[in-house]
Amino acid sequence: MPKDYGIGASSKRREDVRFLTGRGQYTDDLSIHGQAHAVMVRSNVAHGKIVSIDTSAAAAMPGVLAVFTGEDFKDVGGNPAGWLIKSRNGEPMREPKRPVLAHGKVRHVGDAYAAVIAETYEQAKAAAQQIADDAVIDELPAIIDMKAAAADASNRVHDEIPDNICFDWGWIEDNRAAVDAVFKSAPHITTLELVNNRLVPNAMEPRASIGEYFPGTGDYKLTTTSQNPHLTRLLVAAFVMGIPENKLTVVAPDVGGGFGSKIYHYGEEALVLAAAKKLGRAVRWTAERSESFLSDAHGRDHVTKIELACEKDGTFLAFRTETYANVGAYLSNFSTATPTFLHGTLMAGPYKVPHVYVNVKTIFTNTAPVDAYRGAGRPEATFSLERVIDKMCRELGLDQFEVRRKNFITPDMFPYTTPVGLAYDTGNYQATLAKAIEMADVAGFDKRAAASKAKGRLRGMGLSTWIEACGIAPSHLVGVLGSRVGLYDAATVRVNATGNISVMVGAHSHGQGHETVFPQIVAERLGVPESSVEIVHGDTSKIPFGMGSYGSRSLAVCGVAMNKAIDKIVAKGKKIAAHMLEASEGDITFEDGKFSVAGTDKAKTFGEIAFSAYVPHNYPLETLEPGLEETAFYDPANFTYPAGAYICEVELDPDTGKVDVVAFHCADDFGNIMNPMIVEGQVHGGVGQGIGQALLENTTYDENGQLLTGSFMDYAMPRASDVPFYNVDYSCQTPCTHNPLGVKGCGEAGAIGSPPAVVNAVIDALHRGGMTHVTHINMPVSPGRVWQAING
Amino acid sequence: MTKLSMTVNGKAVSGEVEGRTLLVQFLRETLHLTGTHVGCDTSQCGACTVHIDGKAVKSCSIFAADAAGANVTTIEGMANADGSLSVIQQAFQDCHGLQCGFCTPGMVMTSAALLADNPHPTEAEVRHGLEGNICRCTGYHNIVKAVLTASGQTVAAE
Amino acid sequence: MQNFDFVKPATIAEAVKALNSGDAQALSGGQTLIATMKQGLAGAETLVSLTGIAEMKGVCQGDGGLHIGAATSHATVAREVATTYPALAKLAGGIGDPQVRNRGTVGGSLANNDPAACYPSGALASGATIVTDRREIAADDYFQGLFATALDEGEIITKVIFPIPEKAAYVKFEQPASRFALTGVFVAKFAGGVRVAVTGASNDGVFRWTEAEKALSANFSAAAISGLSVDAGNMISDLHGTAEYRANLVKVLTARAVTAA
Repeated sequence: MPKDYGIGASSKRREDVRFLTGRGQYTDDLSIHGQAHAVMVRSNVAHGKIVSIDTSAAAAMPGVLAVFTGEDFKDVGGNPAGWLIKSRNGEPMREPKRPVLAHGKVRHVGDAYAAVIAETYEQAKAAAQQIADDAVIDELPAIIDMKAAAADASNRVHDEIPDNICFDWGWIEDNRAAVDAVFKSAPHITTLELVNNRLVPNAMEPRASIGEYFPGTGDYKLTTTSQNPHLTRLLVAAFVMGIPENKLTVVAPDVGGGFGSKIYHYGEEALVLAAAKKLGRAVRWTAERSESFLSDAHGRDHVTKIELACEKDGTFLAFRTETYANVGAYLSNFSTATPTFLHGTLMAGPYKVPHVYVNVKTIFTNTAPVDAYRGAGRPEATFSLERVIDKMCRELGLDQFEVRRKNFITPDMFPYTTPVGLAYDTGNYQATLAKAIEMADVAGFDKRAAASKAKGRLRGMGLSTWIEACGIAPSHLVGVLGSRVGLYDAATVRVNATGNISVMVGAHSHGQGHETVFPQIVAERLGVPESSVEIVHGDTSKIPFGMGSYGSRSLAVCGVAMNKAIDKIVAKGKKIAAHMLEASEGDITFEDGKFSVAGTDKAKTFGEIAFSAYVPHNYPLETLEPGLEETAFYDPANFTYPAGAYICEVELDPDTGKVDVVAFHCADDFGNIMNPMIVEGQVHGGVGQGIGQALLENTTYDENGQLLTGSFMDYAMPRASDVPFYNVDYSCQTPCTHNPLGVKGCGEAGAIGSPPAVVNAVIDALHRGGMTHVTHINMPVSPGRVWQAING
Repeated sequence: MTKLSMTVNGKAVSGEVEGRTLLVQFLRETLHLTGTHVGCDTSQCGACTVHIDGKAVKSCSIFAADAAGANVTTIEGMANADGSLSVIQQAFQDCHGLQCGFCTPGMVMTSAALLADNPHPTEAEVRHGLEGNICRCTGYHNIVKAVLTASGQTVAAE
Repeated sequence: MQNFDFVKPATIAEAVKALNSGDAQALSGGQTLIATMKQGLAGAETLVSLTGIAEMKGVCQGDGGLHIGAATSHATVAREVATTYPALAKLAGGIGDPQVRNRGTVGGSLANNDPAACYPSGALASGATIVTDRREIAADDYFQGLFATALDEGEIITKVIFPIPEKAAYVKFEQPASRFALTGVFVAKFAGGVRVAVTGASNDGVFRWTEAEKALSANFSAAAISGLSVDAGNMISDLHGTAEYRANLVKVLTARAVTAA
């Protein structure tokens, strides 16, 4: 009998009611008295020297209130990178300034170099066009191809960086000699060169920001589409604008999806604040979708050579990779962590491979900045591993399931330290693989393949066994790895006098369902109805602190902080109960919402304790404070390590090259589950995005740096007809050993595990159809590419 | 500016618009019905879907003036008269057919029109019927399930 | 977008008058035009909506086949010709998405003549007659390349007459993002012969594949074209498919259309 309440129940989402009735409050839905409208002026060339920006004509146009250029911000700070990475030679990464508005040079199509504020959006837009017409920008040769960029010191994205290399990173550099030695004598080596295609996140809500300034107090307020308002406050206040943190409130109201792209601070946020102060009016900016394509941080974009050394029986001996990672024109906030510590550290997968070496060269190009997108680094690692393993199995004629089993870390080996520096705490990869094989009816595949063949279709089955490090935190680890911030989280549990509860959490919900799931935990722990618990998030003036939502960290980090605050509430409640019941604190037990004196029938309900806390008529004030409110910060001991096995079945039309995903099976280990309905939804969404990456989504710049896929007319987003129903299971549970909820995180799993399963299935279909000359097709595996591979 | 009148969610409304004012702008900015969203500028995403005289249309791709005199229904007009969720809205909640909620108004409007045309669609008909609505969160699984559930069908594939 | 005066005439005569006075542009559903105007790539001082003209709406049987009012939506065509001309119904019912089909019109599609649109192939393969406010134009004379037609400035399509073939089918292979035709083939078999019209593939827009027509007129089966090849020389090559790939699609889809007809 499934639970209908508390931890483990599929409680329906309370936030749904407002979204389903049109009463959500997204940033662009808000209207502020006296607001003016900002429009950015964006470069239409990929690389150019700004000779002059004559704004006089624009400034004289109807309704125009102010015009800004890079000159206005040249003396304020820049938007920094959050992680300092060191090259193999020990040198720190090259870190060019990222200004609010481009100054001196424009470095990608869409790079904003001016902004107009006007009474209406149309007036601002017309004036922005005038500035674009009047600006003189000398076009320079665009730097697009990563390898060419690194090889050509004459053409530079940033004049001070001669080879366009941000850093050349080895992980772990000390492993390198041993890995090279293994390759010299390995019985078999499989090599694969692949591209992890660049993606545009395309959260359905375009970015938007509203700046306000209150001259009476000198306070600023930024309402913005952010996954982490506190981080945005820190970046805007301390790094860019130089205003005190306590004079800036950042609010992220309802946010329409993020997938990483709304983690980062963008220049428009500083612009609307500066403009609000200058004009004494609220200033709003909302991206058009075409601006989102040009200016949101993109994802992935790796070119990788991976080599696998193994025995003839498929026993892994070593992995070695060399990756070129595109960072775009500027360093976005997490951009240097994504291809390194979120990627290289996962390059052992769930396998007991003794030797791994990862090399990543991160390159500046005249393209939009690239940063973390759902999965962030881990999908790239998983794709490389699972594709090269699949290729090896085909080369050696080995069974793909058996090879995985043979190489898996076994349950008795935990905690297990990998050669790339992570300590997996727990897992059971055999169990998830066995579950996936059962779910997918692998035994019945041949029959299904025969049925497909009768229709003129080729059927293929692809496997991916993946692992990730998430619950992105431990400050002590990320600090060693180069993070300039800590990655804990915080929560305040406020029990009101009437017994209902407000919980202020640092995690921000933009689809994940925190407003429903967090109360489930509170309700379970405190024995109160879920409906008496409200979650407050997304407002720096209301919540203690938070590092936001990404890296599947909301529950595993912030949820645990909340759980810790609940511990404190229970402890305080016991103190109050001891006083009220005239018993010793040590004799008070708390169960099912009641504080009782052990071994007696003397008890107080949670509500009575709460009321008493705020009506402390006879409290011993020296030893018992009034009030019932507790805050906790939580910084975990380790990452969490969800893992799973995905099996994809495709049907392929050999005449057109069209691939249809006909079945997708996910067997995941997320540790303990708080709300199964939401976990399933997260996996569905991740797999949908993974199928999009594998089959549809392509971000293409031409040699001049023009984005050819700059709208939904050319950038293929998955639609309902592109995907099947997904078969999702999470019954294999090895709870996380180092957080009290035993949770691991499920937000990124689908996007990490699915792309290689899809591509492996395509290759399988082609091989079963006799086209064994096709050993790899780069994503997106579009019909045209499949047809070319078959016929090329 | 010209004066414009139409019926929105059963109420007579009027306002001043320019020729270029899109219906979605009239709804959001003049009538403050912000449940209808704008997610793209190429008429692809469907977040702005409303009903005009009972038919689903993208309100970003029709000028407000072209809808003069029409009977327009937006997401704000979809709940039952007593304020409770309608069958299709309830199915979206029951099936977890939304996450961030941004595409949801358009999804609900398209789904309602789809079911009005075809009360018992197949899974494939639902998927093709949602061709003009993009969701980035759900992978569509629970949206399709919600539409089938709202049609009174049980969903076998799970 | 540039501002304009919006007018919505009730008769063809009023519409023609409005379109022929000053800088005016017809709007017939606007499912392409409005997006183009947002990009600043189209605009006029006056926009003349044609969807309020009752005499330009509706489907009926008449001389020469189905008479479809130019301002009839794709959704209406899909519904109304489902039994009389199922292949055309399928074409109309597969354009864009349901919302687009509720607004977009046959006249708008043919006047725009997007090289990847569906209707041009249906009209050309059917040997349709494009009726305007001033004349009748045979489909073979009407389509004149990318976005180019025989229409004069200020001339509007009022209806389209589709002869009904004995057998027909439209098979479309979608461009995955826009869902326009990456390539689409309409095959129509008449007593006098077979017409095959291809959209989405050629640099010159919709065209008739005459070799296939000849072969299929002699033997209406997929096998009849198996020996033919399509010259990739003038095919579109872009992100979504090379010229060779499109040439392949022309042949594959033609065979499938013949089988489906």
